[in-house]
Amino acid sequence: MKSSVITFPGSNCDRDMDVALTKFGFKNKMVWHNDQELPKSDLIVLPGGFSYGDYLRCGSMASKSKIMHSVINFAKSGGLVMGICNGFQILVESGLVPGVLLRNKYLQFICKNVHVKVDNKENTFFKNLDKKVLEFHIAHNEGNYFCTNDQLKEIEDNNQIAIYYCDQNGNTNDQVNPNGSIKNIAGVFNKEKNVLAMMPHPERMIDESLSGEDGSIFFKNLLNNIK
Amino acid sequence: MLVNEKIAIEHGLKSDEYKKICKLLKRTPNLTELGIFSAMWNEHCSYKSSRIHLKKLPTKGKKVIQGPGENAGVIDIEDGDAIVFKIESHNHPSFIEPYQGAATGVGGIMRDIFTMGARPIANLNSIHFGSTQHKKTKNLLRGVVHGIGGYGNCMGVPTIAGQTSFDRSYNGNILVNAMTLGLVKKNKIFYSKAAGLNKPVIYVGSKTGRDGIHGASMASASFDEKIEEKKPTVQVGDPFTEKLLLEACLELMSGDSIIAIQDMGAAGLTSSSIEMASKGNLGIEINLNKVPCRETKMTPYEIMLSESQERMLIVLESGKEEIAKKIFDKWNLDFAVIGKTTNTKNIELFFDNKQVANIPVNILVENSPMYDRKWKKSKLPKKNKIDKTTLKNLKIKDTLKKILSSPNICSKEWIWQQYDHTVMGDTIQKPGGDSGVVRVHKTDKAIAATVDSSATYCWAHPLTGGKQVVCETWRNLISVGAKPLAITNCLNFGSPENEENMGEFVECVQGMSEACKYLDYPVVSGNVSFYNQTKDIGIKPTPTIGGVGLIKNYKKMITMDFKEIDNIILVIGKTEGHIDQSLLSRIILNEKNGPPPEVNLFNEKNNGLTLLNLIEKNFIKSAHDVSLGGIITAISKMCIKGKRGIQIKKPKFLINEIEYFFAEDQGRYLIEINPKDFKEVSEILDKNSVHYDEIGKIIDKDMIIDQKTKLTIDELKSYNTNWLKDYMI
Repeated sequence: MKSSVITFPGSNCDRDMDVALTKFGFKNKMVWHNDQELPKSDLIVLPGGFSYGDYLRCGSMASKSKIMHSVINFAKSGGLVMGICNGFQILVESGLVPGVLLRNKYLQFICKNVHVKVDNKENTFFKNLDKKVLEFHIAHNEGNYFCTNDQLKEIEDNNQIAIYYCDQNGNTNDQVNPNGSIKNIAGVFNKEKNVLAMMPHPERMIDESLSGEDGSIFFKNLLNNIK
Repeated sequence: MLVNEKIAIEHGLKSDEYKKICKLLKRTPNLTELGIFSAMWNEHCSYKSSRIHLKKLPTKGKKVIQGPGENAGVIDIEDGDAIVFKIESHNHPSFIEPYQGAATGVGGIMRDIFTMGARPIANLNSIHFGSTQHKKTKNLLRGVVHGIGGYGNCMGVPTIAGQTSFDRSYNGNILVNAMTLGLVKKNKIFYSKAAGLNKPVIYVGSKTGRDGIHGASMASASFDEKIEEKKPTVQVGDPFTEKLLLEACLELMSGDSIIAIQDMGAAGLTSSSIEMASKGNLGIEINLNKVPCRETKMTPYEIMLSESQERMLIVLESGKEEIAKKIFDKWNLDFAVIGKTTNTKNIELFFDNKQVANIPVNILVENSPMYDRKWKKSKLPKKNKIDKTTLKNLKIKDTLKKILSSPNICSKEWIWQQYDHTVMGDTIQKPGGDSGVVRVHKTDKAIAATVDSSATYCWAHPLTGGKQVVCETWRNLISVGAKPLAITNCLNFGSPENEENMGEFVECVQGMSEACKYLDYPVVSGNVSFYNQTKDIGIKPTPTIGGVGLIKNYKKMITMDFKEIDNIILVIGKTEGHIDQSLLSRIILNEKNGPPPEVNLFNEKNNGLTLLNLIEKNFIKSAHDVSLGGIITAISKMCIKGKRGIQIKKPKFLINEIEYFFAEDQGRYLIEINPKDFKEVSEILDKNSVHYDEIGKIIDKDMIIDQKTKLTIDELKSYNTNWLKDYMI
């Protein structure tokens, strides 16, 4: 399976994502933001980081970069796109997924392990996943997901909420909401569910010496689903 | 403007220094030249008060590839890999403007590392604030933490360890020391020594603005009530540009275009150009009209003294300009050929087709002032006579609660959760342990790093304190299973013109030197920050040591969390019951005097190396060094981290129970071993003459001290974790 990771100026999880994808069997290519064309890919990843220094608004300038035209077309024609952290912010800014990301509720960068609940498994990203609750890692300053009531109703009706922040047993409440996101939302899909945008970093949880191994479960499952 | 002595003094030069300049130049300098002298001859850049003493530090060793004198030190970690590291202070600017001061401190130290061709792989920091009651403390802490995170997080370099302390002596002068480690191939290290004639001198990175002018001079003076007016001397950081600069530089370094490279840090274009010329024994000619400027009508004086961040100066191989330019264009960074190397051995500056400065480089560097300042030796304070009944009346539980929740002991999670500590995917020991540990990417090796300082001990007796802080880093590395290799030091002191402060400096350096020599633990880089002083009051002497060690197989790394029920806990090293200068003494008994705990270098080395041997043989399940707050504080942390309890078995005390639990004798560790290994472990300890006490065994929950004294893990945790969070709300 082929994947591509886009490097924007200021991306800093591009290498980590490359390491993770390669580890689990993807043939990964790094793509420069100023390129026009995407290599033939089964999966496009927008990695974490501070594209364009997060100046103006997180993800806004990256969403206008050259390669994003191709990414948007790829997504619209049904291709799999995943945005992690800053990648989520870029996907929001490019209109591929609904909503916005505000500054964290306590106005602080947060780096820690969190649990997320996977509700919707009728999509390529989470299909056949054995676990309902995964332990992932977050590291962000602007992950406070927000949308209008109408949008919220729409994404709920369409099953577009991908993951929720929860406790280790899968309960969602304010105590386990790290950043103030509406409804504890940690990740969303587009309507068609071929675009996944999430704040947590599965690529930081890929071996026993790191923060945990649930990232491995996620990537292995994803590869099997694409095959 | 004509230069005279009065203007020179306004530039921070002393009257006799100005006379020396005129004599060496055989004329009066013009204003630009005077600015250059003031930038090169201030304390921060010239080390004029410290040089003579720093020579005493051991800087050589089998593993040392580069000692002090370059942008950073370099040590060999085998297989063709090397680690580049250094610590640096950004104290003065951080007090004036905490966010930008701290951020640019982090940015500056990372630049020092990648200037040498290394990719930064870990950041650490040691930050010190005034009393928690002081009105400025909270805002300064918040600003500094945001600044460190703002810069490091954006760069994508994990912040893996740190140290935070509070003490009244920092009320008017906080300390912000930032350390970075980078990884490089041994054959791809870059240096700042220029070579060859007529080689192009290249400016890359951000444009030059009017920020930070005289920053280094500001950092070479004491504070007074007008300090707020100094805000314009603080640089403004842009981590995004630095990230681009990092990638662009490493891309250029993968080829063979660079002869020498130097970042523009303190004293900007001035010190970078002069250092490169001086090391290469060459001259350098710069056309200041070619320097990319952010603002219009900048004068030669401003261009030379600006401390705008994220800039580099490079001497290229002739004919490589186009290759280099293409890389910097790709990363949207400024690139300009601003001059060339010459054989004049002078620095010559041109502006609007006129020569605006012409100074022999050796005058600026080799002839810079060096002082052997007067200093006062300090006496070892007398031991306090502690009233045994007072001790007996203390309840262990209450005492422990107070100590665990005291500002200098409590968990600093509120701080390090704001730092990205997992980016780069190789952090295998996060902040909160004895050392931070990162793997060497795609290898079995890992690098452990720690920063420590013990201002209270150094204040009580500088010589002992200097030794102690080196040993503390050594123990922190041993505790995670790393072989200590070398250190970097950041020496934060008051005014060198004050005999007592100077004495503290001299004796701390002496103590450090003794410890480093004995432990075969050389100093490879560092910096000195004097004048941490407001009016006449200086800070407590605070040498900060950054220690670096190697773990050959990262799977053998040790953490401090208790692992398995029924495992035995041993205290390694002898507990004599030293209470003076301990937390118990300062917080509970309210006694500030007395000597710090004695440092026995033989025991320190012997205990540490024996422990490494036990780790190598896989006997040790968890380990933690015993430091502030003594044995019981260390045990509490191991319980909290492991979510396990301990049944404490009373050793046959020769001393009072309180003394045994809270004493801060040095050279001690707690280790967890499996009961089946006890015989073999005790044999090894005995054979090496290492003293040990058995102190208990791990149980499911609760810390049980005796029949009447029991604490749950949740209790311990709440004492330890809540204080800082609550304070910062």
